[in-house]
Amino acid sequence: MQRLLFIIQKEFIQIFRNKGMLPLITVVPIVQLIVLSFAASNEVKDVNLAIVDLDHSQYARELVHKIEVADRFILVDFPPATRHGDERLQDGTVDIVLTIPPDFEQDFFKNKGAAVQLLVNAINGQQATVGAAYLSTIVRDFNQEIQQDVLPVRRLAAGAPRIEIASSNWFNEELNYQYFMAPGIMGELVTILVMLLTAMNIVRERELGTIEQINVTPIKKWQFILGKMIPFLIVGLILLTVGLTAGKLIFDVPFRGSLWVIFAYCLVNLAAVLGLGLFISNISDTQQQALLTTFFFVIIFILLSGLFTPIESMPTWAQYLTVPNPIAHFVHVMRSVLLKGSTFGDVLYNFKVTAVLVVVFNVLAVSSYRKVV
Amino acid sequence: MLKIFLAFVRKETFHILRDTRTLVILFGMPIALVLIFGYTISNEFKGASIAIVDEARDALSAELIAHLTASGHFELVAQPPDMAGMEKAFQTGEVKLGIVIPAGFEQSFFREKRAAVQLLADATEPNYATTLTNYATQMITAFQQEQGRVEVLPYQVGVHIQMLYNPTLVGAYNFIPGVVALILMLICAMMTSLTIAREKETGTMDLLLVSPLSPMVILLGKVTPYVVLSFVNAVIVFLLGYLVFDVPVRGSIVLLLVLCLLYLMVALGLGVLISTLAATQQTAMMTSLFTLLMPTMILSGFIFPIASMPTALQYAAHIIPAKYFIEIEKNIMLKGAGWEAVQFSSLVLVAMMLFLFAAAWRNFKVVYD
Repeated sequence: MQRLLFIIQKEFIQIFRNKGMLPLITVVPIVQLIVLSFAASNEVKDVNLAIVDLDHSQYARELVHKIEVADRFILVDFPPATRHGDERLQDGTVDIVLTIPPDFEQDFFKNKGAAVQLLVNAINGQQATVGAAYLSTIVRDFNQEIQQDVLPVRRLAAGAPRIEIASSNWFNEELNYQYFMAPGIMGELVTILVMLLTAMNIVRERELGTIEQINVTPIKKWQFILGKMIPFLIVGLILLTVGLTAGKLIFDVPFRGSLWVIFAYCLVNLAAVLGLGLFISNISDTQQQALLTTFFFVIIFILLSGLFTPIESMPTWAQYLTVPNPIAHFVHVMRSVLLKGSTFGDVLYNFKVTAVLVVVFNVLAVSSYRKVV
Repeated sequence: MLKIFLAFVRKETFHILRDTRTLVILFGMPIALVLIFGYTISNEFKGASIAIVDEARDALSAELIAHLTASGHFELVAQPPDMAGMEKAFQTGEVKLGIVIPAGFEQSFFREKRAAVQLLADATEPNYATTLTNYATQMITAFQQEQGRVEVLPYQVGVHIQMLYNPTLVGAYNFIPGVVALILMLICAMMTSLTIAREKETGTMDLLLVSPLSPMVILLGKVTPYVVLSFVNAVIVFLLGYLVFDVPVRGSIVLLLVLCLLYLMVALGLGVLISTLAATQQTAMMTSLFTLLMPTMILSGFIFPIASMPTALQYAAHIIPAKYFIEIEKNIMLKGAGWEAVQFSSLVLVAMMLFLFAAAWRNFKVVYD
């Protein structure tokens, strides 16, 4: 037991001795959290639009006005001809060109099938689809308005029964994207950092030669492994605390559920991730290998975790892959507990699966540690 | 001089080739990334689990439920008795959308011509919630038209939408350029900073420097293999994009590859600069990870569109080399643009490269002279 405490003490001394590392494991993750939470938004606003009005009628002007007040678009230009619009698309100054053809108003009154054309620069997929969708909605609304001029109102209202749909957003009424991203990012950052530090750790000792000094001591395998894990567990928990504080202060992330559940889960998750990190450290010959292997796992874990894109949008085989993915579980628990107020019972499944991962990864870590190289 | 340079290139190349695991990862990672992005990452709506609170329990509500579940997009997994039950269903993560059909639904619909339905979306994931609500609204409206037998109204304004440059809106057009930028940064910046830091840490750097060899030659010799490695890797990613995902290079391939080299040089400058500042491999690694790779992934426009970011971050994006390189790639590959269009971005990269080389050189001299 005493030996264990000595190892823990040694590890902490080593962490604090490395002056360059300290800001990297405290300040930088927080900066990441802030930057990423702000950057990772799929909200579409400020779409650059050019309108080519070949009709110059009352309706055309009204439609343009309607788009102007919609506030989602920046009306960059009103080119006189379609080829000017094309040029604007080519050089990237606009994302969409809306063309109102000649005789637009006339064709509408004659019921000849009036139509407008949207040319969309689809290189940035999301801006394109969502921007076009917004414009379509505006045109539809406009359509309904001007229909009143042609059809008697009575005919529209009578006869057809309607279902009125009232929709509400639970847990996040204002659809605040930061509430969604920040908890997930906190979980992900804590995991990455701890995994990287752990993975580099044993290999570093092996590269520098200090591992041999430890090997000649009577210390047992499990004492050594635990002694390495506990300091990083503590670092991880501290980091989570700092992250939660920053999240609350800066983004005002709601804390609807119990923070005990969060910390308890963090402990279990860290134990699993540490085991994986140590395993990587044991099987790597150089720090560089350890780093790259860890990075490889981490990137794949993050992309497939449901942090940035929903798990429901993945093909079924990829959805199964989220089961052994510790980051996927962490993100889910953070979001459920903080935003929805989920209880321990609600996330029990995640606890159970992560516990299995703890066993698997740590067995791998302990069995791969060779005291005799 | 040339002989010495080549000797170092050979030494470093052997180091690299001997380390099979690193090689596997360096080539395997971009391939894995491309495949993941191509086959799993999307925002597409595939279907959702829903819960319905049916307070009406009449024939019409049953028909509505059948209509919703028949489409195959919605799977009814829970029928809670009340709102508290609904909240629980959300909290367990079982469902993402809830529908409440109030009592007297059938009566209200046929007698009073107006019935109400409530949609509750789990808005922890805002975009998904909006998509779900839209889908459900469309389906309920279709049900309404079916039941009410409404004809299509005349006097419609059509909207014809044509998507240019990316006719099928395939995500590959977005991520192939991004993966190339990322992998070039990874190899040229992170790997080179690591290799130099490693020599410093193990003490062999000093050995090299007390020898009568010029430090510049040593440095160049060390980094050249990584330049070649990353260039080969980039070409592989482009080929993969073309063969598997039909991502074309509509413009000049030569121009594209030349500008790849330019970006590569910028990454190299960054790597060397970091290595002059870091005393240990660990520090070099963490620094390049957090100041290079993370910002490159986040702020370059690779995954998240720059236009969606708050203004402050949009300004910050201007100092990320990857942003300019990705623009160049997209312009050449997808729009078939020529030198004029990519001029500005290229000049920015040249300026960055010169600045970084100067800074690294200055640091190098200060420490070792």
